[in-house]
Amino acid sequence: MMKANYGYADGSGQYYITLDTDKCDGCGDCVRACPASVLEIVPNEFDIIDGGDIMSVREEHRKKLKYSCAPCKPTTGGGEPPCVTACPHGAITHFLSSAKGQVM
Amino acid sequence: MAEKEFWRWPEYRHTTPGINWREGKVISAGVDIGSVSSKTAIMVDGEMFAQSAMRTGSSSPDSAERTMNWALEDTGMTLKDIHYIVGTGYGRVNVPFAHKAITEIACHARGANYVWGPTVRTVLDMGGQDCKAIRCDERGKVQNFLMNDKCAAGTGRGMEVFADLLSVPIEEVGELSFTVDEEPPPVSSTCVVFAKSEAVGMLRSGWSKEKVLAAYCRAMAHRVVDLLNRVGVEKDFVITGGIAKNIGIVQRIEKELGIKALKPDKWRSDPRFDPMLAGAMGAALFAKALYERSKGQG
Ligand code: SF4
Ligand code: SF4
Repeated sequence: MMKANYGYADGSGQYYITLDTDKCDGCGDCVRACPASVLEIVPNEFDIIDGGDIMSVREEHRKKLKYSCAPCKPTTGGGEPPCVTACPHGAITHFLSSAKGQVM
Repeated sequence: MAEKEFWRWPEYRHTTPGINWREGKVISAGVDIGSVSSKTAIMVDGEMFAQSAMRTGSSSPDSAERTMNWALEDTGMTLKDIHYIVGTGYGRVNVPFAHKAITEIACHARGANYVWGPTVRTVLDMGGQDCKAIRCDERGKVQNFLMNDKCAAGTGRGMEVFADLLSVPIEEVGELSFTVDEEPPPVSSTCVVFAKSEAVGMLRSGWSKEKVLAAYCRAMAHRVVDLLNRVGVEKDFVITGGIAKNIGIVQRIEKELGIKALKPDKWRSDPRFDPMLAGAMGAALFAKALYERSKGQG
């Protein structure tokens, strides 16, 4: 199993989007579901020989997920965000929390 | 401008003696263009043959060419003799002669596996502008990773700023930071800009350079240990990237983590195993695998 974690933690909380690359088949449903163009489909550079394509968090959003993902309100108890529910394989997990102390 | 530039680390090239590259079946190379340094590793049948490390210039393609040409210097080999080249690092898509680009996370894990062997499970890559905690399996394949790219504290660039501020040659920072009688509390700022002004304040209030350095190294170590604990550290643990050569940071990380890094000094006796080149080495190994696959499929 390979997990790719994108995001950061700072004084205000933790903001991570995690992808289980073994479950992701690169279908792109999450990319289409995201209202803020945070996600993209890229070649799987972690398994370059036979990895195919996978989802990735766009470079320019990795340092500001708190703001990029704000429309979905995952940090204020808005339920599962569109990207997570769109994925047919349950490959995406969010660890977005404005409270300190949540354990990944 | 005759002032000494204290942040300057030594640029170098090296050829492994005793390898006749003309007899090699697969010649592969990895070019790692980081935000601070550019590195090339050239391998002959999966063994390190030639390498170089230098400062990244304002243009990535230009830096890629310079580090490659320097690695090739005096080897008799030319770019055309290399079968497959992989670019990695932050400028990986800007390596003009690369056949493919691969994320540095995958390359550092693979490179660490090459340098320290299959027992490596946790890799901390301390780069010029960010830090990555990587978990990998016995083949050097990534299982989990976390990046900390929020700001420059805890990175090579941050260390350069401090070396310059305190007029201490960057290679001496580690040693010097241990010459304090008592370990001071870490600087509190996690941002390098604030840490710098905090340091200026400490110097004014009479702290010695050594004490300020110790406080900064400690703060840096603390930040990366946070990151490591988040991915979970499993032995063997190794550190890659330029900062892996700074014992002031390495020993403080070990202390806070309660785990020793595996042979952090390996490069001192054998320059092939420079932790700064781990990403380039991993890229060269992927290049070999990609070339072999392309041959295998005709
Ligand atoms: S939480 Fe919303 S904005 Fe963030 S990646 Fe998912 S769908 Fe896009
Ligand atoms: S929806 Fe799921 S499987 Fe499809 S690309 Fe996104 S993460 Fe991958």
